[in-house]
Amino acid sequence: MDQRLDLDRVAVTMTPTRHGRASTVRFARVWLLVIPVVFLSAFFFYPVASIVGLGLWPDGRFAFDRVAATVSDPTVARVAWFTLWQAAASTGLTLLIALPGAYVLARLDFPGRRVIRSLVTVPFVMPTVVVASAFLALLGPRSPINATSVALFGSGAPTIDLRRTVAAILIAHVFFNYAVVVRTVGGLWEHLDPRLEDAARLMGATRWRTFREVTLPLLAPAVWSSAAIVFLFTFTSFGVVLILGGPTRATIEVEIHRATAQLLDLPLASVLALLQLVAVVAALAVYGTLSRRVTGQRLVAADHAPRRADDRASKILLRANLAVMAVLLATPLLVLVERSFAMPDGWGLDHYRALFAPASTVLAVAPWQAIRNSLIFAAAATLMALVVGTAASLAATDARSLGARIVDRGLMLPLGTSAVTIGFGFLVALNRPPLDLRGSLLLVPIAQALVATPFVVRTVLPVLRSIDQRLRDAAGTLGASPAKVWQEIDLPIIGRAVLVAAGFSFAIALGEFGATVFVARAQMPTMPVAIFRLLGRPGVTHFGQAMAMSTLLMVITAAAIVVIDRVRVGQIGRF
Amino acid sequence: MAIRMTRTQPQTSAVPIARARRPRSLTTQRWVAALAIVSMAIAACGDASDDATDSEPTTVRVLTHDSFDVDADLVAAYEHAHNLRIEFIAMGDAGSVVNQAILTRNAPQGDVLFGVDTTFLSRAIDAELFVSYRSPRLDAIDTRYLVDDEYRVTPIDVGDVCLNVDVGWFDDAGLPLPTDLDDLTDDAYRGLTAVMNPATSSPGLAFLLATVDRFGQDGWLDFWASLRANDVVVTDGWSETYYDEFTLHGGDRPIVVSYASSPPAEVFFADPQPDVAPSAVIEASCFRQVEFAGILAGTEVEEAAGSVIDFLLSVKFQEGVPLTMFVFPVVNDAQLPDVFARHAVVPDSPLELDPWVIGEHRDQWINDWTSTVLR
Repeated sequence: MDQRLDLDRVAVTMTPTRHGRASTVRFARVWLLVIPVVFLSAFFFYPVASIVGLGLWPDGRFAFDRVAATVSDPTVARVAWFTLWQAAASTGLTLLIALPGAYVLARLDFPGRRVIRSLVTVPFVMPTVVVASAFLALLGPRSPINATSVALFGSGAPTIDLRRTVAAILIAHVFFNYAVVVRTVGGLWEHLDPRLEDAARLMGATRWRTFREVTLPLLAPAVWSSAAIVFLFTFTSFGVVLILGGPTRATIEVEIHRATAQLLDLPLASVLALLQLVAVVAALAVYGTLSRRVTGQRLVAADHAPRRADDRASKILLRANLAVMAVLLATPLLVLVERSFAMPDGWGLDHYRALFAPASTVLAVAPWQAIRNSLIFAAAATLMALVVGTAASLAATDARSLGARIVDRGLMLPLGTSAVTIGFGFLVALNRPPLDLRGSLLLVPIAQALVATPFVVRTVLPVLRSIDQRLRDAAGTLGASPAKVWQEIDLPIIGRAVLVAAGFSFAIALGEFGATVFVARAQMPTMPVAIFRLLGRPGVTHFGQAMAMSTLLMVITAAAIVVIDRVRVGQIGRF
Repeated sequence: MAIRMTRTQPQTSAVPIARARRPRSLTTQRWVAALAIVSMAIAACGDASDDATDSEPTTVRVLTHDSFDVDADLVAAYEHAHNLRIEFIAMGDAGSVVNQAILTRNAPQGDVLFGVDTTFLSRAIDAELFVSYRSPRLDAIDTRYLVDDEYRVTPIDVGDVCLNVDVGWFDDAGLPLPTDLDDLTDDAYRGLTAVMNPATSSPGLAFLLATVDRFGQDGWLDFWASLRANDVVVTDGWSETYYDEFTLHGGDRPIVVSYASSPPAEVFFADPQPDVAPSAVIEASCFRQVEFAGILAGTEVEEAAGSVIDFLLSVKFQEGVPLTMFVFPVVNDAQLPDVFARHAVVPDSPLELDPWVIGEHRDQWINDWTSTVLR
């Protein structure tokens, strides 16, 4: 397909007038690059370089001894290896479990499909500390599975205890990242023209062969995109590893946090941060090579693609996937809901009432204010991420432009960078004019937007690149100006992708905790910060209120995503 | 230019591109407008508290940790009376706050730092973070908490990290409550204890220090080796130990590291409140931690910063700390809330270590602990 696109370009440049327009487009793209480059430089490279520089050149001289000692430390090698393999295993497992889910939600029509597709995003934004607690209950000796086994076979029955195991880490990583695959891959899948597959089937290909030779190659960019994101997320996993993996297991992220926040050993932290960066850049390079094959293809309106699950195989697939979602995604969340209603003697709404009581002694502010803060910060972060991410995507549409490729990958780097590195970097770098943001409220949405922007790019860019160049050329041949071409062809198609990205960004910003906790003001806690504070207090009602707040976070996230998903279906979604 | 793409143009593609164009772009505009309004609302919110008074209030920025809490009305009243505006900026856990303050010495993020505790005090002092300040309220402070004779830091609250036990569990099991740290390594108490990793948890570190004081620098690692052999469970942080491992909250460990304030909190935050606390503290295990505040060197509002320290020492603030931060006041003229007076244990001679001794050995002790307990 690459070849075909290239031929088109050659044909285009042969017409003098078209050449002029093409260079206008290129010029516009260069200018669009400015937005992501400035954002990334000011709020990522500069802060991270400042803190790493402080660690490597403590007194103005390069701390060669410390660097050499750290690099040759067997403990560091062990931590790096564990980080790498658990991330690879988590990514593989997530793809294996979530790809069928993406298919079911994108291509099979069944009652409640849209709502379920929105709801699977909820786990992704839940604060780790809360969910990990639910996982401990489900994976420990008192889990429902073990209770059933004891009820059946008596107290001597074998019990499964997965607490503090690698298995627990992997299961939790699938839980958190399922939505990444469903939304990224599903977003493209529902646009694939089903007639391509129909044609393959008509010509006698089996379902499996059709999938392997027609569908999968078309989906490849989105699959690699989601794999890259899941890998980065699990590579830098912090809370899950600490809480579910037990204290004997550590990722590089955990060690960076320890070196920075506890030991103030900046040389160590800097070396580890660079190590993490190298691994992340390598992973992104691999991903870049694998996803370079641009697939120009016909996209259809999403509503055309899904079909009723009326044959046997589809029904089985549908039920199996719904079962996976129920067990893997819904059960841990239901544990939280159950706990939020649990009273010493039965069930009740007391924890919720306490959250909305006017004179709450629990937080510095009334808990409803945490909800308001979260919504405002998340809206601001979404706006920033959309502006930066969409500009980057438009600029990077031509996959062969080097600048575009660098920005595209560069925007992914914050996902693979420790929150503590970014948090401390903000501190040591953004404290002088023109960028004196000490104590500024803007730091919260900026930190959240850093994490959300890659999702905008990863959602919008594959769609943008898969627009058939011939459509643009046809419009151009018919006399449309580049602006007109963009308005009539690119905009309708990416409009939908941008809204998907908006929903995703908003959800991510709502749930962001790692960086927010370093830059939030005590008087303006977000919901995850409030949950964290409530969980840090003794007393059965605090725990209940933390669970109630978590349930509210869940409901608000779900509502936000359902609404945004509805909006796009109602208007912008139609081609 | 006569040829334009219109709706009547035959579709060259399978995709009906140009259909609902107008409604769509309108919605996009509305969407952008909505986001713009929200972002303006944020800007407005940021400024909402800048109510103009006769003379502009002095802003004091207080750096603190994420467990800091205070009654907002109390702050507002003090701000009004002293023409101040106090911003509390949370910067992660206690260790992070000190480290960030040290890194930003040359361009301080705030004017006052609250929340440096016994374990991190020497690091903050050695980095020359603070300027001296003698609060008029110094006389009210219990003298044993005044550790710095240059008054660079002022004690604000005190809390003991202690082993908590589930009293009901021990009653049911017919086992006597442990009375000393040594009991934990006894076979009868096998598999009953949960502690926190001192590398990631501040009460976890305090408990490590308790064992150093109790068994001495030569014996504390032996204690931990025996405790490990007796099936101790180590979690990452306080909330996992307390809410996931403690039998009181559905776990399977009846002995956990927590605070002296935890039993009264269990009473106060239960509904209905029980007559007797469901948990108890093992007094002999308690390690005392003092939390300090100081004025950051380089502040431009030193006088107002001093006033904020006075606020933290005021009777009203001090009487509030038990129920907002679960610690105890340091001043003699503060009354404990009834529930603390009745259910809290404040050991007369807790385990303690000199902040400078801690500063010298802290990192080494954590490494030794890690090798003994986790590897």
